[in-house]
Amino acid sequence: MTRLSFVSTAALVLAANTAFAETEITWWHAMGGALGETVNQIATDFNASQSDYKITPVFKGTYEETLTAGIAAFRAGEQPNIMQVYDAGAATVIGAKGATIPVQDLLTENDVAFDINNYISGVRYFYADADGKMIGMPFNSSSPIMYFNTDAMAKAGVEAPKTWEEFETVTAPALIDAGYIPLAQSHSPWIFVENFMSRHNLPFATNDNGYTGTDTQILVNNDALKMHWTNVKEWLDDGKYAWYGASWDDNQTPFEEGKVAIWLGSSGSFGGLMKKDLPFEFSATYLPYWEEVTTEPTQTFIGGASLFAMAGQPAEENKATAAFFEYLTSPEVQYMWHRETGYVPITTAAYELAKEDGHYDRFPAAEVGIQQLSLAAGENTKGYRMGFYPQIRDVMNREFGRILSNETDVEAAFTTIEAESNELLSRFAMTQN
Amino acid sequence: MKRAGFSNRWLPILFLIPQLAIIFIFFYWPAAHAIRSSFYLQDPFGFGETFVGLKNYTAMFNSAAYLRSAWFTVIFTVIVTFLSLSIALLLAVKADKVIRGAKTYRTLLMWVYAVAPPVAGVIGLILFDQSWGPIKDFVALFGWDFRLGVDYFDTAFAMVTISVWKQLPVNFIFFLSGLQAIPKSVREAALIDNRSASGRFWDVTFPLLAPTGFFLLIINITYSLFDTFGVIDTVVKGEPGNNPMTLVYKVYVDGFRGNDLGGSSAQSVILMILVLALTIFQFRMVERRIHYT
Repeated sequence: MTRLSFVSTAALVLAANTAFAETEITWWHAMGGALGETVNQIATDFNASQSDYKITPVFKGTYEETLTAGIAAFRAGEQPNIMQVYDAGAATVIGAKGATIPVQDLLTENDVAFDINNYISGVRYFYADADGKMIGMPFNSSSPIMYFNTDAMAKAGVEAPKTWEEFETVTAPALIDAGYIPLAQSHSPWIFVENFMSRHNLPFATNDNGYTGTDTQILVNNDALKMHWTNVKEWLDDGKYAWYGASWDDNQTPFEEGKVAIWLGSSGSFGGLMKKDLPFEFSATYLPYWEEVTTEPTQTFIGGASLFAMAGQPAEENKATAAFFEYLTSPEVQYMWHRETGYVPITTAAYELAKEDGHYDRFPAAEVGIQQLSLAAGENTKGYRMGFYPQIRDVMNREFGRILSNETDVEAAFTTIEAESNELLSRFAMTQN
Repeated sequence: MKRAGFSNRWLPILFLIPQLAIIFIFFYWPAAHAIRSSFYLQDPFGFGETFVGLKNYTAMFNSAAYLRSAWFTVIFTVIVTFLSLSIALLLAVKADKVIRGAKTYRTLLMWVYAVAPPVAGVIGLILFDQSWGPIKDFVALFGWDFRLGVDYFDTAFAMVTISVWKQLPVNFIFFLSGLQAIPKSVREAALIDNRSASGRFWDVTFPLLAPTGFFLLIINITYSLFDTFGVIDTVVKGEPGNNPMTLVYKVYVDGFRGNDLGGSSAQSVILMILVLALTIFQFRMVERRIHYT
C-alpha cells in the first residue's frame, strides 16, 4: 500500500506540474522484457496522440502476481483503471460482478463505436459472458501452434504433420533416423488439454464449457483425451517426444538448440524466436489433430490475457479508459502490437492491414496463429469459464508430470484430475454467493 | 538486591505501546483474520462468502496433494536440519584447529551467509541445469541421469543440496564461537584424561556445545520449514507441476496463485499451530534440560 500511495502521490504531483486538464489513468500489466517495452511504446504513443488523457503503465510481475496485486488493491480501494488478467484468471475476475465494468458497456456509455463482429471469431467470446457481451478487452491473444525446424524436416525428407497419426507413423520415425528428437511442447494443460478439446470440438465442461453457471463439472476424463495421453506417454518411451518439466522455457530451449525438430508453443513466441537469430530456418503451422477423433478439425481457443476496466473510478477516468481502448483497438496499433510481439491482431481490420502491408509475405509463419483462430468454429470452441482454474491447471500439470515420470498411469491420473477439479469447481461455486 | 522500578504506573505502559501496537497490527490481527477466513469460502474480490465450518480443513486433510506435500516437508526438514548441523559442526571443529590462514578459511566458509535464498536458488539452477549444468554432467559420470524439474527425487535432491549449502555458514559461525567459548582449562584437563580425539569430542566438547546446538536445532527447523521458500520458488520456476513442495510454498500456490483464500488460510492455521508447538517445546526444553551456564 505504501508503494501504491507513493505512486498515486507522485502521479498527483506530476499532474499538478503539467497540464491541468489531463485525466490520468493507470494500467497494471504483466508484460516483462521486450513485451513490456512495446507496452510502454503504446502508452507513450497514446499520450502523444492527444492532450486530454495520460496513461501510465505499471509492470506488476507475472500474470498471477498482477491478478493478486489487483485484487489486494481493489479490496483496499486503490485499484488501477485497467488491469491485465490472463485466460485462467478470467472466471475469478468476471465472477466478481461489480469489480469491473464490462468493456462493452464502458465503450457504449462513452460514445465509442463498438461491434463485437469486428473482432476475429476465435477472440470474440472468450472474455464474454453467457449472453455474448464482451466483459474484458482481448489484448495479447495467442494460440498454440506448431513450430518446426525446416532444415530438420528437409533432412528427414518429411513435411510438417497434419494429423497425429501422420506424426506417429511417418514424421517421428523419419526425424529420429535423421538424428532429431521429434517433438516437445511447453504447456501441457493449455496445448494438450484445453486446445485439444477445442481443436476436436469436444465439450470441455458442463454448462456450455462453464459459461452458463457455476455448478460446472469438468469433462476431461474422456476417451479421446485419454487416448491422446496414452500415446504421448508411448511417444516419450519410444523417443518420439521429450519432456523437460512443467517450465515453459525448459521445453523451448532444446528446440532453439536444434535438438528438437517440432515444438508446440504460442503464436506469441514468434517475435521472440525471430529476434533470437536461430542457427536454422523455422516455420509454423496448425496444431495437428487426431483423424480417429474427428475429420473436421475446428479452431483453437485464445490464450494470453485481456484488459479489464476496474469499477469504482470517477466518470472522467472511465472516459479516459474508453478512449485508450478505442486507441488500442485501432488497426494501426493492433498491427504494430502484432508485428512486434507475434500476438494476433484482435480485429479483422487490423488483420487486413497486416495483409495489405505484406507482413505475411515477409513472415508467413506470423499468420498461422490468426488463421488457426479463424478456422471453422464449433459449439465447443469459444473458450471456457472455470473458477479456481489456475489450480486446476496445477493439478493437471502435476498429474501429467507423474504420468511422464512413471509415477502413475493415464487412467488413474485422469480420475484424479477429474475428482480434484470438480472439488475445486464446487468450492469456487461457494465463493460466489 | 535493589529493585529498579517506575514511580508512575502509566509510564512503562506508554513505553510498551509502540511494540505492542506492532505485535498487534502485524501478528495478532492478521492471525485472527486467517483463523476467520479458514472457516469461509470467499470470493477473492470480497463480494461474496459462504460459511463452510470445518470444510476447508476436511478438504485439506483429504487431499492427497496436501498430504504428499506435508510428508515431503517432514522429510525435507529432517534431512536439511541434520545435514546442515552436522556438516557445519564438522567444519567448525576443523576450523577451530587451524592456526595458519585461519581467518581466510573462516571467511570463505562464512561468506555464503550473504547470499539471499532466491539467489542461492538461481545459482543452484545453473549448477543443476538439465542441458548444461556442471553437477548434472558430474553425476552423469556415475550413470545418474539427473533431471531437474522432471524427476521428483532429483528435484528434491537439488532443493535439499541448495538449502543445506545456504544454511551452513550460520551454523558454522555459531558452532565456531561455541567452541571458542569452551575454557582452555577444561580442554587441557580432558587432554590428560583421554588420549583419543574423538573420545574427547563426544565426552567433553559435544555436551558443552549443547546449548548452541539446541538453539541451532530450533533455528534450522524454522529455516527448513519457512525460509527455504525462496529456494523452492526458484527451483520450481513458478510451475509447481509434479515437483516436491513444502507446506509454506503450498500456502502461496493455493492462496496467491489460485486465490483460494479459505483453503490457504486453513493451511496457514495448521502452520501456526506447528510454530506454536515448536515454541512451547523450545521453552520447555530450555527450562528443563539445557543449562546455559
